[in-house]
Amino acid sequence: MLRSLLFLPGNNPNMLINAGTLGADAVIFDLEDAVSPDEKDAARILVRNTMKYMNLEACEVIVRINSVDTSFWMEDINALLPYKPLVFLLPKTNCKDDVLKVCGYLSECEKKLEAEEGTAFVMPLIETAQGVENAFDIASCSKRIKALFLGAEDLTADLGSKRTKDGREIEYARSRLVVAARAAGVDVFDTPFTDVNDDEGILDDALLAKNLGFSGKASISPRHVSAINRVFSPSSEEIEYAYEVMMAIKEAKEQGKGAIALRGKMIDAPIVQRAEKTIAMAKALGIRGDENE
Amino acid sequence: MDIIKSATAGTMESSDAYVEIEPGNGKNEISVESVVWMQFGEKIRTAVEEVLNELEVENAKVRVVDRGALECVIRARVETAVLRGKGEK
Repeated sequence: MLRSLLFLPGNNPNMLINAGTLGADAVIFDLEDAVSPDEKDAARILVRNTMKYMNLEACEVIVRINSVDTSFWMEDINALLPYKPLVFLLPKTNCKDDVLKVCGYLSECEKKLEAEEGTAFVMPLIETAQGVENAFDIASCSKRIKALFLGAEDLTADLGSKRTKDGREIEYARSRLVVAARAAGVDVFDTPFTDVNDDEGILDDALLAKNLGFSGKASISPRHVSAINRVFSPSSEEIEYAYEVMMAIKEAKEQGKGAIALRGKMIDAPIVQRAEKTIAMAKALGIRGDENE
Repeated sequence: MDIIKSATAGTMESSDAYVEIEPGNGKNEISVESVVWMQFGEKIRTAVEEVLNELEVENAKVRVVDRGALECVIRARVETAVLRGKGEK
């Protein structure tokens, strides 16, 4: 379960070697924007050695490779595919052809490595106007796709809009990506909140993302990780209510009742689904066991 | 693999290592400067030798300035320097 995804610069040993201690559910080793063109080779080797030698069991590892319009992305995959990152994050994904190009290359590499085909996954990073408009096509074009990821900094540059703290300029993109991802049956992750010193702002921004339907949120600072984890974890009230829902459903079935109400509201299928999801999350996070079952 | 030109990799920042490589005088010569030389100097030297052997480098001068880097970081920086300084036989 991924709530927080923390970007770490791919050529910074001090950050990379501490990846497993920063509290994030996943770290994103960044070979793209955080690395200058003349250091791409060094970062690729450093990230590979980090994945090869360091104990990173405390978190999942995602690698942001370079975009398909550069000469670097295939070398990134060649170097890192053997070390099985959770997914490859594909920057500047504009259309499904960008994804299919990478997926085709992954298939070639898997054959060479004699690995099972289709076991490497990708997460398109949507950060252009074209990408937003093609979001569902992108999300549904391959079984390798695990999630969509919104990148607001590049997107607002592409839109010609000013990036603000309240994020009104990306409301449409956020909603569009959530709908596209959910329609395709994949997860969706929100863009980082970039003011690393604003501890209240990150809470508000993460809560907004959660309420819109995002699965989790990215961060560029370890300082934001705990806030994101807290917001994207079910609250004790939500867990309590979820168990009440499941208990009410159980009792209704035993009594042969059709429609039931809880706290003055009808309990229908979507509410039950949400309760099941909340309980599953709580168990996965070790927040609450099955003592109420 | 032949080293045909001078090359560097890494930085002098904490937890990193700075590596210089250049064509040698008939064999590999390795020098290591490290704030933890007393404890880890020989281990660092061995790691550098292993990377050179893996990459079949037999004639290079290598200088490593260690700033408290883990072995996997030193190995990465040496490999990068070699690949930057290499030429095909």
